[in-house]
Amino acid sequence: MDIDLLTNILFATIRTGTPLVLIALGELVCEKAGVLNLGQEGMVLMGAATGFIITVVTGSLWLGVGAAMLAGLFMSLLFGFLAISLVANQVATGLALTIFGIGLSAFLGTEYVGVGIEGISQLEIPLLSSLPVIGKVLFSHDPLVYLSWGIFAALYFCFRRTRLGLTIRAVGENPESANAIGMRVMLVRYGAVLFGGAMAGLAGGYLSLAYTPLWSEGMSAGRGWIALALVVFASWKVERVLLGAYLFGAASIMHLVLQGLGFSVSPNLLSMLPYIATIVVLMIISNDTIKAKLNTPLALGQPYRPQI
Amino acid sequence: MSHRLLVKLAIACLLASGINLSAKAADLKIGFVYVGPTGDAGWTYSHDEARKYVEQQLAGKVTTSYVESVPEGADAERVIRQLAAKGHELIFTTSFGYMNPTLKVAKRFPKVKFEHATGYKQSKNMGTYMVRAYQARYLSGLVAGKTTKTNTLGYVASFPIPEVVRGINAFTKGVKEVNPAAKVKVVWVSSWYDPAKEREAAETLILQDADVLTQHTDSAAVIQTAEAKGVYAIGYHSDMSGYGANAHLTAAVHKWGPIYLEKAKSVLDGTWKAEDLWLGIEHGVTDLAPLNKSVPDEVKSLVESKKAALKSGDIRVFDGPVRDQSGTVKIVEGETMSDDQLRGFNWYIEGVDGQLPKS
Amino acid sequence: MLRLERRPSDSKLMMALSPVLAIVLTLAAGGTLFSVLGHAPGQALYTFFIAPLTDLYGWTELGVKVAPLMLCALGLNFCYRARVWNIGAEGQFIMGGLGGGWIALELMHLNDIWILPLVLLAGTVCGMAWAALAAWLKTHFHANEVLTTIMLNYIALNALLYAVHGPLMDPDGFNFPESALFTESVTMPLIHEDYRLSISLLLALLVLAVMWTLLTRTLLGFQISVLGEDEKAARFAGFRTRWLTWMALLVSGALAGLAGIAEVTGPLGQLSPHISPGYGYAAIIVVFLGRMHPLGILFASMLLGLTYMGGEMVQMDLTLPKSITGLFQGMLLFFLLACDVLIGYRILPASRQNPQTAN
Repeated sequence: MDIDLLTNILFATIRTGTPLVLIALGELVCEKAGVLNLGQEGMVLMGAATGFIITVVTGSLWLGVGAAMLAGLFMSLLFGFLAISLVANQVATGLALTIFGIGLSAFLGTEYVGVGIEGISQLEIPLLSSLPVIGKVLFSHDPLVYLSWGIFAALYFCFRRTRLGLTIRAVGENPESANAIGMRVMLVRYGAVLFGGAMAGLAGGYLSLAYTPLWSEGMSAGRGWIALALVVFASWKVERVLLGAYLFGAASIMHLVLQGLGFSVSPNLLSMLPYIATIVVLMIISNDTIKAKLNTPLALGQPYRPQI
Repeated sequence: MSHRLLVKLAIACLLASGINLSAKAADLKIGFVYVGPTGDAGWTYSHDEARKYVEQQLAGKVTTSYVESVPEGADAERVIRQLAAKGHELIFTTSFGYMNPTLKVAKRFPKVKFEHATGYKQSKNMGTYMVRAYQARYLSGLVAGKTTKTNTLGYVASFPIPEVVRGINAFTKGVKEVNPAAKVKVVWVSSWYDPAKEREAAETLILQDADVLTQHTDSAAVIQTAEAKGVYAIGYHSDMSGYGANAHLTAAVHKWGPIYLEKAKSVLDGTWKAEDLWLGIEHGVTDLAPLNKSVPDEVKSLVESKKAALKSGDIRVFDGPVRDQSGTVKIVEGETMSDDQLRGFNWYIEGVDGQLPKS
Repeated sequence: MLRLERRPSDSKLMMALSPVLAIVLTLAAGGTLFSVLGHAPGQALYTFFIAPLTDLYGWTELGVKVAPLMLCALGLNFCYRARVWNIGAEGQFIMGGLGGGWIALELMHLNDIWILPLVLLAGTVCGMAWAALAAWLKTHFHANEVLTTIMLNYIALNALLYAVHGPLMDPDGFNFPESALFTESVTMPLIHEDYRLSISLLLALLVLAVMWTLLTRTLLGFQISVLGEDEKAARFAGFRTRWLTWMALLVSGALAGLAGIAEVTGPLGQLSPHISPGYGYAAIIVVFLGRMHPLGILFASMLLGLTYMGGEMVQMDLTLPKSITGLFQGMLLFFLLACDVLIGYRILPASRQNPQTAN
């Protein structure tokens, strides 16, 4: 395999993996705080639609990105109100959010299907981008990719070194005792859910403003669900989310690359690959019960009732 | 909400809908069933443009209604039947998956006329219609073959059904005629509409040295990618130059309007009959979008002359000799492919790189 | 500000009132939405919720939608009661249709009476096997079933696509991705020849009765509900939780598989890429809407089935987009979840602190 081809595949892998990185990091924080939000797909689509619409209306890509995050935030607020304040079933609320988000985004975006915009362009980092191979693979992306790395670094630091990270984990492990030592469980959980929403919205914005600068119904094509599996795949570790997202990204474009190289395989069978891979990884990481237990937030999915 | 209010509302609704019905009773009602959203810039969009065209041409004589994004499963039959039951006398069902549901409903509503796009089954009151889009594909292949510097053309395709394979072959035929050294590479994305995948497929093809891309999918992602990467692209379904002014060489476009207008008129004057309609470039139902400014005059006039020859019937796209990938002559010189052969096209002609996915 | 106060015990009244309240709120919100869109809310709501059911045909079509929804939901209900979060009814439905459809294609030229039951059984077993995968992954590898079943849905869909593009494609179908049409001997008998409603609705009602008995009158039902309430207690009581997990997934897979094959041999009459319009996902809403009770599930599937038909109706009559259906379903579930809080809690003004519950 020649080096140019490899460079390009790696470059494409990062591009494909970025929406997954964003969604999964958001969901990771959410789950660390003990909340399982299955509404990712709906929040991503709302972000994609809103970001695109705002960009078309105002002509500003960055306003679009902001609007995408706000849309995700708004959707997650809805989720938080039901699942945190009203202690509704998290699985049901998440699914409702997905159905609602798919419908609402399609509804809002009707007028904008088929509209073209100039997407967010690549930002080649001076000096670094002229390095051989690495320059192309790592430093010639659009700004949102760099942003995803920034957020990753911040979260990595947060969970390793800060009180906030500890608090989030405590709330996800045992909300009752966290409350007993004076942590504000509801506030932390709301914060985590809203962060997850904003990240999902940002991922939507990345899809409709940078990756493929257009809006179409259901354009996230199941990425929200993949990201959910990814968090488990990463056994709730920030660094593994990044790695996993790129692995998934690579898997999802592999059949296109293979075809380009002249291998003839049934595209349907190849499309199964990322999903089969997820299951296999789930088998491997979940099988080691003790190890999985160490990382799984113990109160995941359990509503917290502040009064007896 | 109180009981009385509900009753009032219901009565008001009944009255309102009754008035509507009586006002429209005189018109010919035409129903359309679409597989995608009307604004997809692709397949459904081209049908909806034609619907508007009919409404405008026959203003005062027809009213139209449509149902969009109808899944090609059990729901389709209900939608088609509802349209028939609501007094639509002519119903167009515009995707292949509606063939059997349309046939079933047609049996139940013998007085209603049904027209199904792209299918192969007809009945007394159900006709089929299709455009010979491969003719425009062939013409676009001429442009692509003349434009490429790398002698590699990229084709992003959806599913290996005859319509798509026919398009690939026609495109390749055009390319090879003007550039025997060129080859066409195909990447299948297994989807009609997934912009992200279409983009990745386009990127893959560009990596394989393709410098002119085209697609048989519904989004404009391929055009956008070509524009961003500084290569050329050819649109499909509709003029996609809005997505890439520099990249967009031309597009193979469908114009269903003339077919719909003809059919509506024939129902109005009582001459409608079920037929298997496969119209081509001479009827103006398939065509090329305006060529990009960068296309040299020499190529322009070549395209014009070939177009004229197709229109007059002097040439057909798949006139022999047509060879398959192994070089075996499938259609000998002096003969041409029959419509039945075209309908069942399931092999690549010489010049397409790689194998047709088969199971 | 308001605050929640736990009721001493769940309110029976609210349990019954909450869905009603949710529906009223949905209607109010929907009416507001319609009037924002420039339609008389009364008329629009009438078109959405009542117009589809103004004739016998409408009711039978509702039955066509209710049967698969109810079958899937009854199985999921069993799972959810045991706190096994199976999101995979969609995949189990598809595998049932695919596996059973395959057997149907193999045997359809025989004319024996046992062919159809055999085909239905094959579909049921395939659905069950697909769910068994998730059960195996859960009990042997502790893999979270929410995630595995979602992944299995996508794999099932791709398996179906592979089959209809390949081995099961109609040899005389010009390479279009669908199987041959089923013969009479592998078609579900209709309840009345003028309508599409088949005996699958009767099957679904039978299953409803069986499930009701199972859940309320048998040891298994008791064990399942204890497991759902409190896993530790269940284990303490010596229940085999692994076995219960297997049971829950197998039953729900079997019912989804049955729904799949009944759909394929019923209204569809062939295999195609679109055998499910998302019944497996919609069934999840049905379970929550139906209060995890068999009778509730009957009404909830009717209500949800109606939202699909209403969605088509408002497209035809008011030219509103299809996405309205998703909006209504989402709102309905949101309002229900919000109203459900009233079952376990009282809402009080924050200032009036109850001394007993304050810390």
